[in-house]
Amino acid sequence: MTALPDPDRGAVRAKAAPARRPSRLLHNPMSKVAAMPMIATALVIFVGCSLWTVVHSFTDSKLLPRLNFVGFEQYERLWSSSRWITSVENIAIYGVTALVLSLVLGFLFAALLDQRIRAEGIFRTIILYPYALSFIVTGLVWQWVLNPDFGIQNVVRDLGFASFSFDPLNNPDTVMIALLMAGLWQGTGLVTVIMLAGLRGVDEDIWKATRVDGIPAWKTYLFVVVPILRPVFVTATVLIATGIVKLYDLVVALTNGGPGSATQMPALYVYDAMFAKQNLAQGFAASTIMLLAVLVLLIPWSIHEFGGKKRG
Amino acid sequence: MADLSVNTPATRLLDGPSGKRKRARFTPKRIMIYGALLLVSFYYLLPLWVMVMTSLKGMPEVRMGNIFAPPVEITFEPWVKAWAQACTGLNCDGLSRGFWNSVQITVPSVVLSIIIASVNGYALVNWRFKGSEIFFTILIFGAFIPYQVMIYPIVIILRELGLMGSVWGLVMVHTIFGMPILTLLFRNYFASLPEELFKAARVDGAGFWRIFLKVLVPMSLPIFTVAVILQLTGIWNDFLFGVIYTKPATYPMTVQLNNIVNSVQGVKEYNVNMAATLLTGIVPLTVYLISGKLFVRGIASGAVKG
Amino acid sequence: MLDTVPPVSSALDDISVSIRDLELAFGSVKVLKDLNIDIHKGEFLVLLGASGCGKSTLLNCIAGLLEPTGGQIFIEGQNVTWAEPSERGIGMVFQSYALYPQMSVKSNLSFGLKNAKLPKDQIEKRVARAAEILHLGPLLDRKPGALSGGQRQRVAIGRALVRDVDVFLFDEPLSNLDAKLRAELRVELKRLHQSLANTMIYVTHDQVEAMTLADRIAIMKGGVIQQLAAPLEIYNTPANLYVAGFIGAPPMNFIQGALRGTDFEGIINVPMQGYGFSAAPKDGAVVFGIRPEHVLVNDAAASCAVQTRVVVDVVEPMGADTLLWCTLGGDEFRIRLDGQTPIRQGDTITVGIDPARASLFDKETEIRL
Repeated sequence: MTALPDPDRGAVRAKAAPARRPSRLLHNPMSKVAAMPMIATALVIFVGCSLWTVVHSFTDSKLLPRLNFVGFEQYERLWSSSRWITSVENIAIYGVTALVLSLVLGFLFAALLDQRIRAEGIFRTIILYPYALSFIVTGLVWQWVLNPDFGIQNVVRDLGFASFSFDPLNNPDTVMIALLMAGLWQGTGLVTVIMLAGLRGVDEDIWKATRVDGIPAWKTYLFVVVPILRPVFVTATVLIATGIVKLYDLVVALTNGGPGSATQMPALYVYDAMFAKQNLAQGFAASTIMLLAVLVLLIPWSIHEFGGKKRG
Repeated sequence: MADLSVNTPATRLLDGPSGKRKRARFTPKRIMIYGALLLVSFYYLLPLWVMVMTSLKGMPEVRMGNIFAPPVEITFEPWVKAWAQACTGLNCDGLSRGFWNSVQITVPSVVLSIIIASVNGYALVNWRFKGSEIFFTILIFGAFIPYQVMIYPIVIILRELGLMGSVWGLVMVHTIFGMPILTLLFRNYFASLPEELFKAARVDGAGFWRIFLKVLVPMSLPIFTVAVILQLTGIWNDFLFGVIYTKPATYPMTVQLNNIVNSVQGVKEYNVNMAATLLTGIVPLTVYLISGKLFVRGIASGAVKG
Repeated sequence: MLDTVPPVSSALDDISVSIRDLELAFGSVKVLKDLNIDIHKGEFLVLLGASGCGKSTLLNCIAGLLEPTGGQIFIEGQNVTWAEPSERGIGMVFQSYALYPQMSVKSNLSFGLKNAKLPKDQIEKRVARAAEILHLGPLLDRKPGALSGGQRQRVAIGRALVRDVDVFLFDEPLSNLDAKLRAELRVELKRLHQSLANTMIYVTHDQVEAMTLADRIAIMKGGVIQQLAAPLEIYNTPANLYVAGFIGAPPMNFIQGALRGTDFEGIINVPMQGYGFSAAPKDGAVVFGIRPEHVLVNDAAASCAVQTRVVVDVVEPMGADTLLWCTLGGDEFRIRLDGQTPIRQGDTITVGIDPARASLFDKETEIRL
C-alpha cells in the first residue's frame, strides 16, 4: 500500500491528551500576560485617573490633593471666572472656525490633487510636511512670520503701502486669525490626506457613470462624492474636534494666551490652576468639563460608528 | 440574427473624427487647478523658507531687511549658537542638551511602546480571551480623553514610583499614551492577515511567541515601520508631557526650544531662534521626507479605519 | 479505482477518526448539532455542503482549532477532544495555502518538525521524502511568493506530509485554483491518497470534487449530516429532498403530487413499478424527482411506460451535452441530452420517464420513500 518507506512514523504525534480540561483562567495564559499592559493602562490610567480627577474636582484641594468635599463649589467658581468663560468662548470660536475651514480646505485640496495632477507627490508632500512639525515649532515660526516689525506687515509696507496694517499677534480682535493661520497650516495636510484616500476609494465606475450622464465634475463632487465620503468626513471631524479640545502647545508657543486673554484656552487654564496657582481642585473641575465636552462629541459618534453593527 | 457583415473589416475610413483626438495641452481648467495648487504650496512653503533664510543671516541683516529675502551674506553662526550657546534660564549650553534628552526619551519610548502594542494587538486578534475586547474598547475610548484629566494623577503615580522628573518616567507616559493608537494599528493589521496562516502554525505546533516571532513579525515589517514613524514624530514633538513630567535638566528639545525663544530676558536673536526652531524640526521632518508614503499610511491608518 | 465503501460494520481498531455527539455553539447559535461520524482507516471522506453548513467548522474542530462545546473526538483511538492541534496526529491543508511567506519552501516544510524538536537528520530525511513525492525538489529554496498556485498547493500538502501523520485534513484546498489546475490537482490528490493510504477528510462545496475523490461523502446542512454514503449511492438514492436538489447539475426535476397505492399522481401520472420503496408505500402528498439526464426524449422515450409532451423554451448546447429548458405544469423542467441533438427552441418533444431511476420524497418530512 505505502509507496515509499516512511522513517520513524508518527514521531510528531504526541503525548496523550490532557485528562482534564484546563481551567478557564489558565487558558492561553501568554495572551493574558501580553495584554497586562493594556489592561493596566485601561483600568489604572484611563478609568482610574479620570475618576480620581473627577472625584477630586469636588474637593477643596489646593497645593496638595485632599478629600475634603465641597460639592459643586469648584464648578461655581469656575463658571464665575471670567478667564474660564473667555477660554470657553475662545475655544468655541476657534474650534468651529478651524473645524469648518479644515474640512472645506482639506476636501478642496484633496479634490485638486485628485485631478490627475503632474507631480502630485510633490504637492502632497508640501501640504503635509507641517504636520510632521511640532506645535511648538509651528507657533514659533508663525510668531516670526507675523512679527509686525520684520514680518509680513513690514514687508508689505516696504513695498510702498505705508499704511498697510496686519498685526494679529498684538491685536486682541484679530489674534484668532493668527492662531487659525498657524493651526490650519499645521493640520490641514492631515485632513487632505484622509480625504484624498477617501476619494481614491470612490468606485471608478461612479465617475464613468456621471460622465455618461453628462454631469459636471463640481456637481458630481458636491452631490455624489461628498455623500459617499460621509464616513470620512465624520472621522475627520472627530479627529479635528478632539485635537481642538486638547489645543495647548500651539497657543503656548504662538501667543501664550495673549494679548490679554484673547487666546486663553481651557487647557491653559487647567495647567495654570494645577501647576502655577496651586489651585488643584479648580484645575480638576476645569479638566472634568473638558472631559464632558469630549463625551458630548464622542458619544454620538461612537453610536454612529459602532451602534449599528458589531465590527470584528 | 447573424449579420455577417459586422465581422467584415472596414476597408477605408470615412470623413469625420478619426484616431487620436488632438487636445490643447493647457485648458483654462488645468491652468486654474495648477494655479490654485501653486498658491497653496506658496502658503505652505513660506514659513519654511522664512525660517531657513532668517537662520542664515546675521542679526544686523535681520533687523534691516525683509524676512523673505535670501541672505546677502550667509552665516552659520546662528546655528552654532543655537546648538551650543543659547540660554535657557541660567544654562547657556544651547539646544544640544535638549536634543540628547529627546533622543534618550524618544528611543526607549518608541521601542517599548511598539513592543508592547504589537504583542497586545496580536493577542487581541489571535488569542482572544474573555474580556479582552472590553479592555480594548476602554483603551480606544481612552485615546479621546483630554490629557488634562489624567496628568495630575499620573504625577502622583510617577512620584510614588520615584520616576517623577526622570527620563524613564516620561518614557512610561509616552508608552501609555501611545498604546491606544498603536494597538489599534497592530490589531487591524494582524486581523487583515489570513487567519489560516495562524491556524497552520498552530497545527505545526508553534506556540504564542513562536507564531508571533517566526511567522507574523517577519511579514509585518511595513506596519512596524509605520509605527516607528508615528511614534518617533509624535514623541519627538511632544511638549505637554515633557514640560510636566521632566525637570529642566531632562527637558526634551521642544520644551527647551520654547524656553529659549519665548524667554523674556535679553535681546531677541531672531536668527538664533529660527536656527533653534529648525534644529528641533529637522528630526521629524527628515523622518517625514524619507518615509514619504509610509508616513501618510501611518497617520491615515490610525484615522480612517475604526 | 479504489474498492469503494469500506465495510460498515467493523471493529473499533479499524476506525481512524471518531466523532461522538459533537456540538458547537457560538453563543446561542448552534453551528454543529450532535454529530456522529466514524471514519475508517485509509478512508477518503468528503464533507460537502453549501457555505455556512458547518463543514469547515467540523474540520476545524477535528483539527483542534475550534473548541467544541460538547461531545468527543477520537483520533487513532485517543481522545483528543482537549488536545492541542499539533498533538493530534493530523496534518492540515488550507484553502489559501497559508504558507509562511517569509520562509523558503524548505523552511515551510520543516517548521513544524523544528517546533517538535526533531533531530536535524530526521528533518532532512522527511523533507527530502515529501519533496520527492510531490516533485518539490527544485523549488526547495524558493519563497512561496515565487511559486505558482499549483506549486503552492503542493507545498501546503507537503507540509502536512512531513508530519507523517495518520490523518490529513483538507479545507477546500482547490478552491483558489483555476478550473484546469483544479482538475489536474484533483487527480494528483487521488493518486496521493492511493499511494499513502492515509485517512483523509476533505471539505469542499464542489460536488465534482466530492464525487470524484470520496470513498464516502457526508452532505451537511445547518450543522447536521443529511446523508453519509458512497458517492454513487448519494447520486442514485438521495436520502432527502435537500440532498437530491444539492447533488447533480442542473439539479433534479421535482414534481408535486400525491401517492395513491404505488402510483404517483400529479401533472403526470407515474405507476412506480420497479421503484425500490424503503418502506411499504403510504398514500399522501409526495414530491417526485427525476434527474435531467434520466429523462428520455422522442425515440428513446418510445419504450417508456410514462410519456408526456413538452415545448422546449431554451436550448443550451454545451458541446459534450445539451440542456433543454422546458415547462411542465407551470414548473421548470430540465432535460440533459447528447451534445449532437437536433432539437431546436420551440420544438414540441415527447419525454419519457423510467420510474426505476426516479426518487420519491414525503412532502412533509422531505425524506425519501
